[in-house]
Amino acid sequence: MKAPVSWIRELVDLPADVTTEVLTDRLTALGLKLEAIHSADITGPLVIGRVLTQDKEPQKNGKVINWCTVDVGDANGTGEPQGIVCGAHNFGPGDLVVVVLPGGVLPGGFEISARKTYGHLSAGMICSARELGLGDDHDGIIVLPPDAGEPGDDVFELLGLDDEVIEFEINPDRAYALSLRGVAREAALGFGAPFTDPAERSLPEVDGRAWQVEVEDPAGCPVFAARLVSGFDPTRPTPDFMKRRVEQAGMRSISLAVDITNYVMLELGQPIHGYDADKVAGALRVRRAREGEKLTTLDDAVRDLSTEDLVIADDSGPIGLAGVMGGATTEMSDTTTRVLVEAAHWDAVSMFRTGKRHKLTSEAGKRNERGVDPLLPGAAADRVVELMVEHGGATAEPGFTLVGTAPERPTISFEPDLPARLSGIDISAVTTVESLRAIGAAVTESGDGSLEVVPPTWRPDVNDPYDLVEEVVRIVGYDQVPSVLPRRATGRGLTRAQRLRRRIGRTLAGAGCVEVVSFPFVGEATFDRLGLPADDPLRSTVGLANPLSSEEPSYTTTLLPGLLEAAGRNVSRGAPGVSLFETGTVAFPSENGPAPIYGVHTRPSDAELEKLLEALPVQPLHLAVVLAGERSRAGWWGEGADAGWTDALAVVRRLADELGVRIQVANAARMPWHPGRCAVVSIDEVVIGHAGELHPSVCKAFGLPARSAAVEVDLDALMAAAVDVTPGPVFSTMPVAKEDVALVVDASVTVAEVEAALREGAGELLESVRLFDVYTGEQIGEGRKSLAFALRFRAPDRTLTDAEISAARDAAVAAAVERVGAVQRT
Amino acid sequence: MSGPNTDYDPVEVAAVSPAEVEAARDAALAAIAAAADLEQLKAVRSEHAGDRSPLALANREIGALPPQARKEAGQRVGQARGAVNKALAARQVELEAENEARILVEEAVDVTLPTDRDPVGARHPLTTGSELIADIFVAMGWEVAEGPVIEAEWLNFDALNLGPDHPARTMQDTFWTEPADNHVVLRTHTSPVQARTMLTRTPPIYVVCPGRVFRTDEYDATHSPMFHQVEGLAIDEGISMAHLKGTLDHFATQMFGEGITTRFRPSYFPFTEPSAEVDLVCFVCRGSQVNDEGETCRTCRGEGWIEWGGCGIVNPRVLQACGVDSSRYSGFAFGMGIDRTLMFRHGLEDLRTLFEGDVRFTTAFGSEL
Ligand SMILES: [Zn+2]
Repeated sequence: MKAPVSWIRELVDLPADVTTEVLTDRLTALGLKLEAIHSADITGPLVIGRVLTQDKEPQKNGKVINWCTVDVGDANGTGEPQGIVCGAHNFGPGDLVVVVLPGGVLPGGFEISARKTYGHLSAGMICSARELGLGDDHDGIIVLPPDAGEPGDDVFELLGLDDEVIEFEINPDRAYALSLRGVAREAALGFGAPFTDPAERSLPEVDGRAWQVEVEDPAGCPVFAARLVSGFDPTRPTPDFMKRRVEQAGMRSISLAVDITNYVMLELGQPIHGYDADKVAGALRVRRAREGEKLTTLDDAVRDLSTEDLVIADDSGPIGLAGVMGGATTEMSDTTTRVLVEAAHWDAVSMFRTGKRHKLTSEAGKRNERGVDPLLPGAAADRVVELMVEHGGATAEPGFTLVGTAPERPTISFEPDLPARLSGIDISAVTTVESLRAIGAAVTESGDGSLEVVPPTWRPDVNDPYDLVEEVVRIVGYDQVPSVLPRRATGRGLTRAQRLRRRIGRTLAGAGCVEVVSFPFVGEATFDRLGLPADDPLRSTVGLANPLSSEEPSYTTTLLPGLLEAAGRNVSRGAPGVSLFETGTVAFPSENGPAPIYGVHTRPSDAELEKLLEALPVQPLHLAVVLAGERSRAGWWGEGADAGWTDALAVVRRLADELGVRIQVANAARMPWHPGRCAVVSIDEVVIGHAGELHPSVCKAFGLPARSAAVEVDLDALMAAAVDVTPGPVFSTMPVAKEDVALVVDASVTVAEVEAALREGAGELLESVRLFDVYTGEQIGEGRKSLAFALRFRAPDRTLTDAEISAARDAAVAAAVERVGAVQRT
Repeated sequence: MSGPNTDYDPVEVAAVSPAEVEAARDAALAAIAAAADLEQLKAVRSEHAGDRSPLALANREIGALPPQARKEAGQRVGQARGAVNKALAARQVELEAENEARILVEEAVDVTLPTDRDPVGARHPLTTGSELIADIFVAMGWEVAEGPVIEAEWLNFDALNLGPDHPARTMQDTFWTEPADNHVVLRTHTSPVQARTMLTRTPPIYVVCPGRVFRTDEYDATHSPMFHQVEGLAIDEGISMAHLKGTLDHFATQMFGEGITTRFRPSYFPFTEPSAEVDLVCFVCRGSQVNDEGETCRTCRGEGWIEWGGCGIVNPRVLQACGVDSSRYSGFAFGMGIDRTLMFRHGLEDLRTLFEGDVRFTTAFGSEL
C-alpha cells in the first residue's frame, strides 16, 4: 500500500512537527511496517517566474524558439530578469511559469546549468509537467493561475512536489490499512490526533430506485449498493490532484470514470465497479454462476465459470466476476455518459476462492478477499457520484438502491486483565478499556468486572479475546514488553538419535569427509544416470504435483544423486579429489493415503492421528558418502592414493566401530556400483546399505574420476543397532604368542569365510586373526590364491606353552582345511 | 714374559719405575684428550688401557718385584691406571654427547615442508549452526523436537489455524505431493513439529524444532526452494510475551554476543495472537551507523536492526486443535531462518553457497560453529 503523506494529513490532523520519519516510525510500531519512502526526485531552485518578454526566433532547421526574459524575483541572487531559451509556445508574456534555475536537478539526474544555445546564454529552464515528473501527457509548459504567487516563490508545495509517498507492508489481517481511511485512522491512533472519517457522509434515503438489484445469495453478498449518474462527460480529463494520487498509490490513470472509482477505493478501501448503464440489460442479479457459463473479463480473458463463483448478471447473463473483475460487455468507454455505480460487500472466502480459481489478482480482489468494512458500500457509491458530478459534469440521478444489511459484529466477553497476563506488561483495566475504544470498539462493562466488546466494522480480523489483546498491547507499545526468562523448563537433554547423529557427523569429518546439503529433487533422468534398472524400487517415488522443474518432479529415494553432483562440481572446479557425505531423509510412497483433514475445534483422537501418520510417506534417514579422485595426497613423502572401493568400506567399518555395531559385508551386484566391487552391508542379516566402487558408467555420467567410490546406508537402522552402554573390555596382560599361517584356497572362497573357519578352529585362546597378505601367481596355480594370516594367541591367566600354541594353530588350520578346502602353504 | 719365579730382571723392573709409570700415564691421558671421536677413543683405549698397554704390562711386572717394593709399585701403577680409566670414561661420555648432538643436528628437517597428506573433513555449517542453536536451548532446559519433512496438510496448515481459505496459505507457496488430493505437502515451516509435540505431550512443553522446509521459490542469491528454520514453543501456566522476549534476548545474546537484544513489532501470523516481528540489534554496527550517510552498514543497511523472525503468543485456536487446555495454559512460539541467520552472522553473500557442496566453503567452518 502506497499512501501520499498529503492525503494522510488531509484525513488526520497531525501536529506540524510530525515528520514523515516520525510518522512512519510510529506506524511501524503500531504494525504498519514501513517498506519505503518515495519522494519527488527534484532538487531546487524551482520557482515561480513571470514572463516579461518573449521573442520568437526562427531557426535554420525550421524550428521557432522563444528567447524569453523572466522575472524570478530574488531567486537568482541578482533580481535581474533571467534569460531563458524555450521551445514551447503555449505561453506568453505576463504568464506565471515554473522556472528551474542553474544548480537545480530534475528527475533522472538531469542537472541544469547556464549554457549557450541558439546564440543566447540560456540560464535555466521553463518547465513542463513531464519534465517535473508530474505526468506524461502534458507537453506544454505549466502555466500557473495568476494568483499562484509572486515571482521567486518556491513551487515545491504548490505543485505537490514536496509530497512524500509512504509504502507500507500490510499484513493480511490488516485489510483496512489498504486504504487512506485505514492508514489515517492508525496515524490518528498513534498520535492521538483528530481523525476525519471520509466515509461519514449523509446519504439519501434508500428507495431502491437507482437500479433494480436482486441478491439471490445474501451470504455471498450481504450488502449491495447502486447509484446512477447521467450526463457524464467522458472527454473530460482527470483532475491533476486525482491523477497524481492514483499514480502515487501505484495505479495507472486510465480515464476520469475509472480513476474516480479507483480514487474512492484508495480513499475508503471499498472496491467500486462502474458499468456503462446503457449496456446493462435489465435488473442486476447477484448469484452463483451456472454450469457452463462463460465470462469475458476486463482483461479480455474468457473465463469458464465455476458454480462456486459469485457473479453479477443481467438479462444477458453474467456481466461481472463479483468483487474480483468486471466484464467486457458493460465496460465503461470513452462514450459512456450514464454510469451505474456498484459498491458491494462480499464474502471474503468466496472472493479468495474465485481469485485463486481464476488466478486473478486485482486491487479489488485483494481488498475483498481480506475483508472490507460492510458499512462502506452506500458511502462509497455516494462519494463516486459526488466526484462524477464535480469533475465529470454528471448529474446524480435520484434513487439509492441498498440491498441487505451489514453482518453483525460479534460481542466478545473479555477479562480486562488478559492483556496484562499475556503481555507481561503492567496494563490497567482502564488502559485496556481506553485502548479498545481508541480502535473503535464499543466497550461495556458488565457487572462481574468483565467487559463486553464489540469490535468495529472495519476490523473483521478482530474476533477473539486474544485479538483484542493484540490491539491493547500494540497501543501500549510492544517496546514495553519486559524481558523475563521462563523458569520451569526441565528438559531431558538431547535424544539418543540426536546424540548419535552428532557422533556420526564428527566421525565422518574425522575420516576426512566434508558434509554437503543438497536438494532432494530427482527425476527419471537422475535414475537413468545412476543406471538403475527400469523396475528398481528406488524409481518409485513420492511425486510432486507442482515441481519447480519438470525434469525433477519427485522427492528422492536416494541421497547419491545430489552427492555425486556436488562431487562432480568440485572436480570440475579443479579439486584433485573430494570426499563428501550427506545425511538426510529420503521418501518412499505410502499406500495409506490420502491423509485425512480433521476439524480444528477439538484434538483428533489417537486412532485418527495414527491414521494420519500412516498416510505419510516412509521417510528413513540415510547416509551417503562419495569418495572421488585423490584420497591421500602425493607429496615429497612419496605417492598418494586415489579413492577406491576399500575406502568406501573403510568408512562404513569406521562408523560401525564407532557405534559398536557388528556389520557383515558380502559381495553384491547393484547399480550404481561396479558389479564386482560392491558390498552389501548387513546387521544380523538385515541389509542396511551398500558400499564400493561406482560403476564406470556412473563415474562418467557425473564427471567423476574412474574408480570413485560410494556408500549409502539406512542410518536409522545403523543407529538402532548402536550400543548404548559399552561393556568394559576384558583383556589379558599375559605374553602374546604370534603365529602366521598361509593358506591356499580356491579363488572364489572369501577371506571372511577363511577367517571364520580359523576363528572357530582356533578356539578360546585366539585373541585376534588378521589377514596380512594375499598372493596369486604361478606357484599357487590357476584359480587359486594364497592368504596369509597373523594369529595371536593369549591366555587370560598364564603363559601359553609351545605345545598349547601349536595345538591351537593346527586346530585353526584344520578347520580351514575342512570348511573351505584350504591347503596350508609351507 | 716375566713370572714370579724368574729372576729379578732390572730392565723389566724399570717398567714400574715412577718415571716410566708417570710417562705411560701422561701419554695415555694425552691420547685420550686428543681422541676426536668415539672411534679414536676406542683405539686409544686399546693402546693405553688394553692388555698390551704399558700400564697393563707394568701391572704384571709388580709380581716380580721384591715384596717390599710391591706395595709401593702397586699403588703407583694402580693410581695411574685409575686416572687413565677415569679419563677414558669421562671422554667417552663427552664424545657420546657430542655424537648425539651431532646426529640431532644432522637429522634436522625443514618444518615448513607440507604435511597435508590426509584429507580434511568438515561438517556443514547448517548442521553445526542448528546444533549451536539447539545447545543454547538445551542449556536452558528445553528439548529438541523433530518431525518428517513430508507432512500431512492438516498438521502443516489446519492445526495451525491456517484453514483451507486462509489468505496466508497462498503466501506460502507450497509443494504438494501427488496426487494433489492426497493432502500431503513438503512442510512449509517447522511448525507442524510444534503441533505434533502438543498433540503427543502434556505441558509444560519447552521445545525447539530446527529443520528443513520447502517453498516453491525460484533459486537465487537470497531465495531457495529448500531452506532451514528453527522454531521454538513454550507451553506452560502463566506464559506471557515477557517470557518470549526474555527467551529471544537470551538466544540473541548467546548467538551474537553481549548486548545484542531484540525488538518486537506488531505483525500477523495465523499461529500466534498477538504476533510480532523480531528484529535484532545489528551486531556489526550496533546501530552506530543509523542515518549515517557517509558510512552505511552493509549488514543492516543503516537501519540498526536486522529482521530476524516472527513470534507471538500461541493462538488459543491452535491449542484447541492440538488438545491443550487453553484456559489453563498459554504459550509462546517463535521462528527464524537458520540459513538467513548464518548468512548475516558469517557475512555470506549468496545463499547458494550453502547448497553447492563446494568443499572450500564447508571446510572453512570446521566441525563446530
Ligand atoms: Zn549495522
